[in-house]
Amino acid sequence: MSKAEEKPKSSERRRFLVDTMRTVGAVTVAGLGLGIYDRQVASALPAQAIRPPGALPEREFLGACIRCGLCVRDCPYGTLRLARPGEPVATGTPWFRAREVPCEMCEDIPCVKACPTGALDHGLTDIDQARMGLAVIVDQESCIAFQGLRCEVCFNICPLRGKAITIEMQHNRRSGTHARFIPVVHSEACTGCGKCEHACILDEAAIKVIPLDLARGMLGRHYRLGWKHRVKGLTEEEKSRRFNLPEGVEYDYRTGIVRRKANPAPDRKEGGVPPDDSPFGDDPLESLRRRRRALP
Amino acid sequence: MKARSMPGSEAVRELGWFRAHKWLLLRRISQFGILGLFLLGPWAGVWVIKGNLSSSRILDTVPLTDPFVLLQALFARHVPETTALVGALIVVVFYGLVGGRAYCSWVCPINPVTDLAHWLRMKLGLRSNARISRRTRYWLLVVVLLLAAVTGSLVWELVNPVSMTHRAILFGMGMAWAVILMVFLLDLFVGRHLWCGHLCPMGAFYSLLGTWSLVRISAYARSRCDDCMDCFAVCPEPQVIRPALKGAEKGKGPVILDSNCTNCGRCIDVCARRVFGFRSRFNQREEVLGNVERPVAPAGVSSTAAQRRQANMEAGT
Repeated sequence: MSKAEEKPKSSERRRFLVDTMRTVGAVTVAGLGLGIYDRQVASALPAQAIRPPGALPEREFLGACIRCGLCVRDCPYGTLRLARPGEPVATGTPWFRAREVPCEMCEDIPCVKACPTGALDHGLTDIDQARMGLAVIVDQESCIAFQGLRCEVCFNICPLRGKAITIEMQHNRRSGTHARFIPVVHSEACTGCGKCEHACILDEAAIKVIPLDLARGMLGRHYRLGWKHRVKGLTEEEKSRRFNLPEGVEYDYRTGIVRRKANPAPDRKEGGVPPDDSPFGDDPLESLRRRRRALP
Repeated sequence: MKARSMPGSEAVRELGWFRAHKWLLLRRISQFGILGLFLLGPWAGVWVIKGNLSSSRILDTVPLTDPFVLLQALFARHVPETTALVGALIVVVFYGLVGGRAYCSWVCPINPVTDLAHWLRMKLGLRSNARISRRTRYWLLVVVLLLAAVTGSLVWELVNPVSMTHRAILFGMGMAWAVILMVFLLDLFVGRHLWCGHLCPMGAFYSLLGTWSLVRISAYARSRCDDCMDCFAVCPEPQVIRPALKGAEKGKGPVILDSNCTNCGRCIDVCARRVFGFRSRFNQREEVLGNVERPVAPAGVSSTAAQRRQANMEAGT
């Protein structure tokens, strides 16, 4: 009797467990799929998509932006838009294409003020400090300034004219008598507003705003540029460091190169004579020595 | 024949079309009215409310923020500005009072889509029904929040049909129509109330929000019920009705306390016996009228009720 009562109970419990596991399994599958999709979306922001001023770094931005579009609504120039499903930018997040409508760099930055969550960093109060991207002359072959023609449109339209873009004069080797007026972008001032890209007179802009991490190189931190560091001399750490010099050679920062007398190659004179076909001596220390002689 | 197959026809006959569609009409006015207020800005330049359902500003002063999306941002370890927190607090208090899932039936832009699918289902007599637990949405809610925590981004908002639909109408459609169509087809062919009643984690969140809400539907005249089952046939969450409507013997009050009741009021409309009404959750008073009609009652009316019960059973309520 009691067994007969227990049986349906345990099978009921079993069914409940199976049903629960089924649900949890299906939901987990959905979750994993979504996770993969998210990774794909987050890492696929195209280079021509620019975030509004003050936007957090992309990964953080995707966790902070609630896709309300208040920045879009408060942009007086209709620059910003929300990504639609099917566009290559994470659905619902604000972005713009500089070639279509660039950022006009409003002084009061209404888009940042409108953001309720701080996905656009409210710490940005000076629009000149915005870093939406970096303008880069991506194609010198088509930029007419490089052909020796006068253009300077990007330079003149730049809101930070003379700071973010300057004009450098170079000798025009084609004509031999003229100058080339070359636009040069300076990363320490460029906000990435995209006015230069928008104004470029070519059919396809030769200057483009691209994401900072794509636009910038970075010198290895151990590099010391001699003309910048000469005055300071070497640091204590550098003095103690063992330099990677050829065998039998040491470096002392006071006396310079010290060559330990071993058995010098018999057929090589001190100082080394450059072979006929090379401008460099075959003694690897020749250039160092020359430099030292030149110093006061 | 058609008239018999649709629930609520008896109410239409006895009370007239308008009284039998009162809450449905009010709900549509609310849904499209809210959408209209949002559209007034971009279409006519009158900015009563700006933004979208994820976050907005009324008359450029009062902030409103969807607490569900903000919770995802919190799980993604983003510390929001106070504006968003204040906006979410206002919304939480509001729905905490009027019923969390009132959002689903009175505001959500997907609701007209799934309502249409359900109406078509009944019209066409489609009975296919996937065996999916109504608790799936809570598991999905957990997964959505976990995903936000693990990835640090609002993963659900990449696909959320609710926010996507509203955004699509206000900020440009893109491929959002495909997502809306997917939800529609799911509800039409795969399962009854599949999206809103089983899967939507946003609805799950709002149901939790409305656990203690004051505004409830009460089967205050449950003794009048003639078991026609029309309310079960139209209700998007039919499981919430039984304890209140049929719980008299078990000593349960007439107020529907299940947090998944969406306060849509369709049961009120569709009941020819006027069993239901909006009440406060503490108002457990019952109306027991002199002429209590039980299924024993004379031919005309009760036979219709029996037929209709049969029809509703067949429709797989």
